Amino acid sequence: MISVNERPYQFKFGTTVSTLAKEVKPEADIYIVNGFPVNGEALLSDEDNCWLIRRGEMPAAEEMERLLYARHTPGVHDRIKSSSVGIMGLGGLGSVVALALARIGVGHLLLVDFDLVDPSNLNRQNYFVDQVGMKKTEALRINLGRVNPYLKIETLDVVLTEQSIPTVFANVDVLVECFDGAEMKAAALRCALTVLKGKPFVGASGVAGYGDNNQIITSRIRAGVYLVGDRETAARPGEGLMAPRVGIAAHHQANQILRLLLNEA
Amino acid sequence: MKIICNGEEMVAKEGETLEEFILGLQLNPATVVVECDGRIVLRDEYTQITLSEGVVLELIRFVGGG
Repeated sequence: MISVNERPYQFKFGTTVSTLAKEVKPEADIYIVNGFPVNGEALLSDEDNCWLIRRGEMPAAEEMERLLYARHTPGVHDRIKSSSVGIMGLGGLGSVVALALARIGVGHLLLVDFDLVDPSNLNRQNYFVDQVGMKKTEALRINLGRVNPYLKIETLDVVLTEQSIPTVFANVDVLVECFDGAEMKAAALRCALTVLKGKPFVGASGVAGYGDNNQIITSRIRAGVYLVGDRETAARPGEGLMAPRVGIAAHHQANQILRLLLNEA
Repeated sequence: MKIICNGEEMVAKEGETLEEFILGLQLNPATVVVECDGRIVLRDEYTQITLSEGVVLELIRFVGGG
């Protein structure tokens, strides 16, 4: 038994990859066996993991699904596919958190920011130079769609306030604070501890500069409420925000979100 | 007047509001989340709450960047 595009397949010993391709996917022009590109003459052996791909082709929804199933522990994919996560702020934290969640297949994302992509964002945020001037909500929707076109992505191009947060994010499973400004960070946590009490929350504070990696930590503030960062290093002249350290914090957030979705936290 | 702030004993002035106490710590009150005797304080209450002897505060302070 081998697997072909993540599906089990009964094969005969002595079969070459090109014979397999003729049977299963004649239009394929790229063959990958156990992670390495091979030519058509390669012989298959038991338990090989084969990908037959047509260059530039978009995998079907079902194929994408199988791919994620195969990469994740059984049960995990179903859980995260049916989950929804709301992200407040789509800068160096939010755009990176969103990409990580899209890659693992979190099914519903609610992305909120009022800002446009500007050139100073490109040192850390998940946007590209040809997207300068676009709304961040729109640019991020496009970029996540290029990772997984089958996710449900909802965007909102508004300035959030302490008053509007509880309404906008009433229905998400996990709320993520990725604001830039300290005042809105505080406002968001206050929402999480009062009006939205009980809704899992992951915020961040202290992610600037290039200080020690391991000062970035994830702290539990209350049941289901977490803060990531060194809690001290503010963005200021001489201590800017840079992709590596903001990225560490963003991925702390993303993993904490995953843990909350899987009831590990 | 003695109060407890983040687990440590501190001195607050008689009649001092929560807002004034936070300003005295060289912090911007808008960037601080406050729990006062176990209750999260709403932002518009910072100027209304007057600290009293033995009150227990937990402050969570935020810095910018993200």
